Amino acid sequence: MNNPYLPYPARLTGVREETEDKSIRTFRLELLDPGQAGAFAYVPGQFAELSLAGVGEAPIGIASSPTEGQELLFSVFRTGKVTEALHALAPGAVMGVRGPLGKGFPLGDLKGENLVIIAGGFAVTTLRSAMVWLLDPANRGDFGEITFIYGARTPGMLLYREQLATWAARADVACHVAVDRPAPGWDGQVGFVPQIVAEAAPRPENAAALVCGPPAMIKYTQPVLSELGWQDGQIFLSLENRMKCGIGVCGRCNVGPYYVCKDGPVFTKAELDLLPKEY
Amino acid sequence: MQSYLLAKDRLDGFVSRLADRLTVYVPAKGADGLWSFVASGSAQPPLALTPEGGNTNMPPKSFVFPRTEVLMRFDNRAGEGGMILREEPVPAGRAVLLGVRPCDAKALAVLDGIFGRRASGDASGEVSGGAFGADPYWAARREATILCGLACNYPCPTCFCDQMGCGPHHREGLDALWTDLGESYLVTILTERGRELASDLAPAAQADLNRAESLKAEAASLLTGKFPMDKIAQRGVLELCELPLWAELAATCLNCGACTHVCPTCHCFDIQDEVKGERGRRLRNWDTCMSGLFTRHASGHNPRGDKLARVRQRFMHKFKYIPVKRGEAGCVGCGRCIKACPVNIDVREVVRAMNEQAPQTPEGAA
Amino acid sequence: MQTRIVNIRAAAKAALEEGLCRVVAGYAPGAIAMRARPVFIDKPEDAGKLTWSSFCVGNLAGLLTQAAKQASGRIGVVAQGCVSRNLVGLIGEGRLAREDLYVIGVPCLGMAERRKIEARYPGRAIIAVEESEEVFVVRGKRREERMLRRDALRDNCYTCVQRNPVIYDALVAEPVPDTGGGDIDKVAAPWEKHPPGERLAAFQAAYANCTRCHACRDVCPLCYCSTCFVDESTPQWAGKTGDFADVATYHLLRALHCAGRCTDCGACESACPQNIKVRRLTSKLEKDVRALYGCQAGMALGESPPLTVFRPDDPQDFIK
Repeated sequence: MNNPYLPYPARLTGVREETEDKSIRTFRLELLDPGQAGAFAYVPGQFAELSLAGVGEAPIGIASSPTEGQELLFSVFRTGKVTEALHALAPGAVMGVRGPLGKGFPLGDLKGENLVIIAGGFAVTTLRSAMVWLLDPANRGDFGEITFIYGARTPGMLLYREQLATWAARADVACHVAVDRPAPGWDGQVGFVPQIVAEAAPRPENAAALVCGPPAMIKYTQPVLSELGWQDGQIFLSLENRMKCGIGVCGRCNVGPYYVCKDGPVFTKAELDLLPKEY
Repeated sequence: MQSYLLAKDRLDGFVSRLADRLTVYVPAKGADGLWSFVASGSAQPPLALTPEGGNTNMPPKSFVFPRTEVLMRFDNRAGEGGMILREEPVPAGRAVLLGVRPCDAKALAVLDGIFGRRASGDASGEVSGGAFGADPYWAARREATILCGLACNYPCPTCFCDQMGCGPHHREGLDALWTDLGESYLVTILTERGRELASDLAPAAQADLNRAESLKAEAASLLTGKFPMDKIAQRGVLELCELPLWAELAATCLNCGACTHVCPTCHCFDIQDEVKGERGRRLRNWDTCMSGLFTRHASGHNPRGDKLARVRQRFMHKFKYIPVKRGEAGCVGCGRCIKACPVNIDVREVVRAMNEQAPQTPEGAA
Repeated sequence: MQTRIVNIRAAAKAALEEGLCRVVAGYAPGAIAMRARPVFIDKPEDAGKLTWSSFCVGNLAGLLTQAAKQASGRIGVVAQGCVSRNLVGLIGEGRLAREDLYVIGVPCLGMAERRKIEARYPGRAIIAVEESEEVFVVRGKRREERMLRRDALRDNCYTCVQRNPVIYDALVAEPVPDTGGGDIDKVAAPWEKHPPGERLAAFQAAYANCTRCHACRDVCPLCYCSTCFVDESTPQWAGKTGDFADVATYHLLRALHCAGRCTDCGACESACPQNIKVRRLTSKLEKDVRALYGCQAGMALGESPPLTVFRPDDPQDFIK
């Protein structure tokens, strides 16, 4: 029987400290069974349950892109029991991965459009996946302009810094990476994400925005987009809720009739505006 | 569909013959006065399939969805470089539940949809689990459990099954339906696997079928507390969420799990790991949306952080969210929650209010 | 009983009219027989919604600690003996303030156990139960039966030691004899009757049907912790299963947390959907507290529960 609760065994092949406060690490995982690795077909925006036997599971967005090969990347903020235990693991450890779960960004439906990607703090993870996927030579030609806006508190809190540099160097991406306040050694943009969005002023015509960030960032970015003429149906957000089963049964991640784990985590703002704010 | 007759004085013999082949569970009264399903061998003869008070105290849900169920085990002593989880097999062996009330059987049919199990040939409804298919634990236990129903001839004052797409003689989810005709039971076979339960019974006469039909009509006529529910479907999620009734309920709701634990359709669960040294298990436990812990993030943020949001969730889930998703309510009208609620919240009044209550007038508006 | 109802309504109406409190916590009739429903009323004209019966078996003191947190101003509460003792306890523990309460005291005749009434008339739907001081009139569809109050009381009410409220601002009936007549020390610790080797099995059997809905905790006025130890997740103190070890941990620890503070109000047993005799643990602990410290919870303002106080000359020096 095909058991959706049974994690695929996976080996940790790399761990990388992402931020100066040591709260976020990126874990590189390789599924032990080549068959399972080959069958792990995902799209940017999906997530997986990282599973530590004896500790539990945590739903984490997939930061890698399927275009990067079979290894999976997860950037994990240390906040609870499971993530604490994950941070204690060293390369070589065997753990479990259950997924891919949920519905990702509808990139296939957005072909031909301009894309604006707006990230705040460590919520950039699945947007990294989207960026890598979009910039892959096989996909880049299917999309128009790509604007990438990403803000963090300090330069040391920016994730994926080498990658950001390569995106900034490309002519086919408008890249706006900013930190909240001026910092020594930082010669990039300064300001909060809503402000950077206002300055970049992405045009809403034939466009979609993928927005992930802390609640406050999302709250203050939405009016900026509205001001620029964006409609709620063009704005895609990704929700996080406490989850257990990951397949739309156990009942705890519901927001209105939707299971964040199965019907989401990606929703349009227009969809969310019809639901209670239970996220 | 075939119907047979079993004289009541032959019930014990029938059950004991059945118990030679299958594990048979029947309703019986415990030392604490509660009725529950027990193995037929431990029930005091003569068997009585009709619990005092109309139904068993707890629904038979736990036969398919146990209070605590091991999903996987791990044992790291083999030195595999990490803890690898292995699937726990569902105990083999078939069981018959004899005397299941139609509401409780309907509840299992509703849960079949939610746990992603389809009756063979049924292509309707959305299946949970997406690409993964059915919940294998639910499916395995459900396949191994034959449901023999007992029609209700005397619905209780708390029953409202007829309002919930069910009824005192409803057949959905059952493999056979028994009807108490007084001196005998009419045994109506509903599925292929229900057939083996009637192998040594004599066919029923037309008069028996007629008698059952009139009992069915009589039972339906005893359910008098009709209330309209049609407007709930038309009202939007947010409109319903903002009704004043939730604050009224939250004022006294204890946020205990009594209603969810006695409910035949409540199915929310928690997954937990337990470990001892290098060995351990991953299990699921019944959980309740009434608990603050249910939704609390590891960060401490809680999307349903107050009582109002939690008590609202239970009713919205049953009467709005599940209907939106599945086209039927997540309630079968068994009335257990009405009896169990320590502060006497009556689900019928809540549904009535969801249907009828005027939206809150904004502050300052006339 | 009618006197009590009339006087509760009058007292609530007067208190709301005169501004002696901004809200009154009491009971309204239940939706089905043998139930009552807690209710908060804040308008004098709603006083008629209040009622009183022997089925008011929750404990309003528990709801008050929440209500007190949510809004300021004096709260009225309808309280019989045990509930008034819980109010005193909560005042002593700093959860409520006496000056913030307006207590409408009810001399209690002992509360009814609906399951005893149901057991008397098996298989019959009870439509309504009416009561006088001595008798319950049990109405079915076609028949009407009479059952003596003394046959239908909850177990804890037979051994009540304080039927009259210990504090009140209005009293709605003449005081009644203070005790239920039974001797709590004789029945408080049923485990002790078993030889030690059999106690675990007896304990296990008593709690075998617990599904851990936690209604006993949530109805208990002593259980006001913002996060109960069984819900604590970091670290997780208790398992979540229905296995006996976890069931026992829950009930034993909860009972210990309540030791010396329990008024034996019986709300836990009335709330239990599985008919579990929760008091078999709590009454044992209260018996021990009486024997060791000679005190009972909530009998007088100003007293503190024995297990919450410490004196420098405490003979048990582990605490120093």
